[in-house]
Amino acid sequence: MDLTVTDLAVGRGGVPLLAGVSFVLSPGRALVLRGPNGSGKTTLLRTIAGLQPALAGQIAGTDERIAYAAHADGLKAALTVAENLAFWAAVFGQTETRAAVAAFDLEGLVGRRAGALSAGQKRRLGLARLMVTGRPIWVLDEPTVSLDTASVARFADAVRAHLAGGGMALMATHIDLGIEAEVLDVAGFQAQAAALEQVDEAFL
Amino acid sequence: MRALFFRDLRLALRAGGGFGLGLAFFLIVVVLVPFSVGAEAALLSRIAPGVLWLGALLACLLSLDRLLAVDWEDGALDLLATSPLPLEGIVAVKAAAHWVTTGLPLVVVAPVLGVLLNLPVSGYAVLVLSLALGTPALSMIGAFGAALTVGIKRGGLLLSLLVLPLYVPTLIFGAEAARRAADGLDAGTPLMLLAGVSGAVLACMPFAAGAVLRVNLR
Repeated sequence: MDLTVTDLAVGRGGVPLLAGVSFVLSPGRALVLRGPNGSGKTTLLRTIAGLQPALAGQIAGTDERIAYAAHADGLKAALTVAENLAFWAAVFGQTETRAAVAAFDLEGLVGRRAGALSAGQKRRLGLARLMVTGRPIWVLDEPTVSLDTASVARFADAVRAHLAGGGMALMATHIDLGIEAEVLDVAGFQAQAAALEQVDEAFL
Repeated sequence: MRALFFRDLRLALRAGGGFGLGLAFFLIVVVLVPFSVGAEAALLSRIAPGVLWLGALLACLLSLDRLLAVDWEDGALDLLATSPLPLEGIVAVKAAAHWVTTGLPLVVVAPVLGVLLNLPVSGYAVLVLSLALGTPALSMIGAFGAALTVGIKRGGLLLSLLVLPLYVPTLIFGAEAARRAADGLDAGTPLMLLAGVSGAVLACMPFAAGAVLRVNLR
């Protein structure tokens, strides 16, 4: 089932950021969002993930299908790598974590507390969490922050494998991952948003 | 749900989780009382039910600001919100884990501290029963307060100000039941009212907290 976004308007703190965003994402495809800092990429991703309401427009095909990964990885420093992964797998009704551990080269770290990992290792664990959710649509906000070159390649492989398995990926990133993907520049939607009136989000 | 519950228990028990903090606070407050009002046995046994209830309430309050704030800071709350679990369920489960790690230990040690305050023999059973009935409501109301203040930097003080007035009915009926039993009177009515307050809180608060959390996560 496609992810269909129609004429979407999103805003943050009552200020409209983007308007008129429309795209269709089909299984096996990836879409990369581009745009300068503060242009509304994160807000668009959070809206699609269902964390905040849209100001206008429709989002279809996202029910219980999104795995969201943001700047914060949601890891517990006091739990081990294996416990963190097992927890997220259980929350999403899954049990299998070995493939995720292998894909992000975490085998040597499974018994270590997440608090004792480096920034890049934490990020790898945060991305491995996507794989244990079993969800088809990955919504990724700057997934490659603090990853080294080898880890970026590993992550690109994981995304490719996910797409090959019929998954979808929607990501905001500044670097080229070498994945065949459509590119959506959000800067084009900012002008239309400026025409919208300010709104009080609390009542949406 | 079960995974979240056991994760919260495990986090509370591991280093830095804050388990035992409320318990130690309760102990210290109760031990300080004879120093401040004097060690006269008759006076202590008269104020014992109220002191124990107030101490338990404050100890419960102590760990509330970590209930949701920690998960919000590290991004786990956003990720949980996009998971199959409903937000109402997430708040209720976290309140339940808070009760098991904070409220339940208070219920267990209260009779021991009752001895320190010379609580009359007739008061012990009802004191434990009233705390067992009342502390789940304290955790659930606290979770609602935590949902209201999530995302506010150093919201702990604001949380206390919001939550303490909501604790009033539980405190009145809980302390009244314990006091009546200590005086050798029938404590049935305040106990039933206490159970009613707790029942209403447990039934309604998860939905209120879930709605508030949904707004605060934006």
